[in-house]
Amino acid sequence: MTTESVNAGARRSLPSMSVLGPILALVILIVIGFSLNSNFLSAANITNVLARSAFIGIIAVGMTFVITAGGLDLSVGSMAAFIAGLMILVMNAALPTLGIGIPIILLGMATALIAGIVAGLINGFLITTIRIEAFIVTLGTMGIYRSLVTWMADGGTLSLDFGLRTFYRPVYFSGILGISWPIIVFALTVIVGEILMSRARFGRHCAATGSNERVAHYSNVDVNRTRLLTYAMLGMLVGVATIMYVPRLGSASASTGVLWELEAIAAVIIGGTLLKGGFGRVWGTVIGVLILSMIDNILNLTDLVSPYLNGAIQGVIIILAVILQREAKAKG
Amino acid sequence: MTGEPVLSLKGVSKSFGPIEVLHSVDLDLRAGEVLALIGENGAGKSTTMKILAGYQPPTSGRVLLDGKEVSFGSIHEGEEGGIVMIHQEFNLAEQLTVEQNIFLGREIRKGLLLDKAKMRRLTREYLDRVKCRVHPDTLVSKLSNSDKQMVEIAKALSRDARVLIMDEPTAALTGSETQVLFEQVRAMRAHGTAVLFTSHRLNEVSEIADRVTVLRDGSVVHDGPASEISEDGMATAMVGRDVSALYPEKPGHGPDREVMLRVTGLNVPGHAEGVGFDLHRGEILGVAGLIGAGRTETMEGLCGLRPASAERVEIGGEAVTIQRPSDALDRGLCYLTEDRKLRGLLLEKDLRVNLTLQALHRFGGALIDTAAEERALDKAIEDFDIRAGRRDMAVGNLSGGNQQKLLLAKVMQSEPRILIVDEPTRGIDIGTKQQIYAFLRGLADQGHGIVMISSEMQEVIGLSDRVMVMRTGRVAGMLEGDNINEDAIVRLAMGVGAVKSERVA
Repeated sequence: MTTESVNAGARRSLPSMSVLGPILALVILIVIGFSLNSNFLSAANITNVLARSAFIGIIAVGMTFVITAGGLDLSVGSMAAFIAGLMILVMNAALPTLGIGIPIILLGMATALIAGIVAGLINGFLITTIRIEAFIVTLGTMGIYRSLVTWMADGGTLSLDFGLRTFYRPVYFSGILGISWPIIVFALTVIVGEILMSRARFGRHCAATGSNERVAHYSNVDVNRTRLLTYAMLGMLVGVATIMYVPRLGSASASTGVLWELEAIAAVIIGGTLLKGGFGRVWGTVIGVLILSMIDNILNLTDLVSPYLNGAIQGVIIILAVILQREAKAKG
Repeated sequence: MTGEPVLSLKGVSKSFGPIEVLHSVDLDLRAGEVLALIGENGAGKSTTMKILAGYQPPTSGRVLLDGKEVSFGSIHEGEEGGIVMIHQEFNLAEQLTVEQNIFLGREIRKGLLLDKAKMRRLTREYLDRVKCRVHPDTLVSKLSNSDKQMVEIAKALSRDARVLIMDEPTAALTGSETQVLFEQVRAMRAHGTAVLFTSHRLNEVSEIADRVTVLRDGSVVHDGPASEISEDGMATAMVGRDVSALYPEKPGHGPDREVMLRVTGLNVPGHAEGVGFDLHRGEILGVAGLIGAGRTETMEGLCGLRPASAERVEIGGEAVTIQRPSDALDRGLCYLTEDRKLRGLLLEKDLRVNLTLQALHRFGGALIDTAAEERALDKAIEDFDIRAGRRDMAVGNLSGGNQQKLLLAKVMQSEPRILIVDEPTRGIDIGTKQQIYAFLRGLADQGHGIVMISSEMQEVIGLSDRVMVMRTGRVAGMLEGDNINEDAIVRLAMGVGAVKSERVA
């Protein structure tokens, strides 16, 4: 009733804290990194950090939409492994007919994109139309894809034909103007994602769906379609990430993409997107991804703390990020 | 009735940030007395109650319990002092049973284990006292709003409250349920409990209250025995102007007006069967009936919000098929929900996002034109007199009346020609009601067709050109002109020849 002005004064500080938090953390990490090792800010190291961030980053952008719309996807790591395996199988199989050249690479890329979209649609269909909890569905498909890639590799490793690998390598290792392809693709994904999230109808519909599904339904938002699209988009981005990933090692095995889903979810949460849905920001996710890979990088560059403790430090950061955001909110 | 106050406020002011919402309020609650606290939405009733119950500290001034100054450190200390508050939005754990809720936080134990037999016996006793026939093992999430309200009251009974504070306890209740509640209030009053309640239904205030305190813009503008102030007097004190002309005049059209909407044989599985009606241009068609008569479900089915089938639906003489909400909106048919908090507005989002959500395609192409949204919000704030502290505030922090006005502004963004409003004035103050009635009549005069579902008899009678009464999912009758009166509506709603004493909800 009278609460017009309750929270009004303090709410103003909410965005600033939750906006500043992740950026501040990133800046502090950069300062620490530079003070410990002056090579930290060298072009080579920055390129290295960004390129390693790209896989998780591209997936995390898609994950931002899924989580904003009130969903979750645990299957992305396994999905990436499965798509990588499938891509390698298809390309190796087509090698005798197509030979080494652009067409076979395009075939591999198309395979990855289509497989990703189909896998995302399957998740989305089960969640929206069959109405099974997202956690359960994607826990199930996570196991399925992981098992499928192990089976396809017969328990070992699927390797891309050596000649093909040499031809495909530049997709990971080269680029334009010294910026490697994964970084360029990551940047493009982020820009498109940010515009989609903050300026387009789709982003608004995702936030409305995640905020209150019923209100969204009564407001003429096609809730199921919106959710389905977020999963399909995430699947497609997993495909894109895999396209960048395969040339790096040229192989896929049961251990490919392990824990990627949790890293992607962690990046999304550190970036300030609400796990329960209703609010998300793509640029925050990018900062989350950078924070996570920078910690890894700093530990590798210095011998202050054992790199084996990487996971522990990341875990602390994730919990801290959520606490900080809640503090900011509680004050509001 | 008299004696020392149990709980009182002395010169209490409350500010949120730079805005002072309560200005030096004095209030006394006495044992064995029922105090009605009334005022428009945003007048400061909720804040006053929260300070009384210890949910919020005052910015300045004193809270006295038994004459001694207290500062409640937490809600729990307020409860220790015997103060129980029942919120308008229920404070029940949805996933626990009725019994678990009643004893939540003060479970009765026998040694280390719970004394379930005793709790069961007491639960049944409390539920019997409020004539609530739900089973103690029912999950609260499965209860209707009125049953939830009764469970809240049963919970207050179990707390043996010395002071009971109720925020609009009757808003979700039907007429007969209200009477059950009032019996309990009278029993508690006789028992020496100090009771404070708020209500927008002034006849209830006259019926049950001993004293009336009127708040306007955060100040007490009237305080005195209930016997000394009429309902008109209360309304005038609340609004600060005369509101005797609550309902705009009916234009009195002939029956020959063009039919905008013709529905035949509408079925909503489980809720309505064979519903048919005509809606004319420029008309307000009231829909009356008991709660559970299927009014809301019928209209939601018509608008594609839930599964339904119809023999024939005509809009402007043309047969249409409506399967999803967008089908209805494309044809200028729009439904305004009765539940603004759960179905109407995104409470965490700001005004702009809420205003344009339903008609987002009208604001820019692939990308949203935020400048156009801002302009629409400017216009809505102006047209609908929406009073918000700041425009980027979360709408959950707006008062009920302002939320309702925003919701109305939101559905108008779709530019409907036929508007179905469901309980358009539930839980809002009389001044805002008057604005909404005037707005609806204005729309009708501009040539729109309006269907208004309402459980408030006076509203149905005061505003409707024709009234459709529904009973158990069917149309029980259609009333026109002088035939629109309480007696006729009640008879139709209850079935002809029914006992008249049962009030239509």
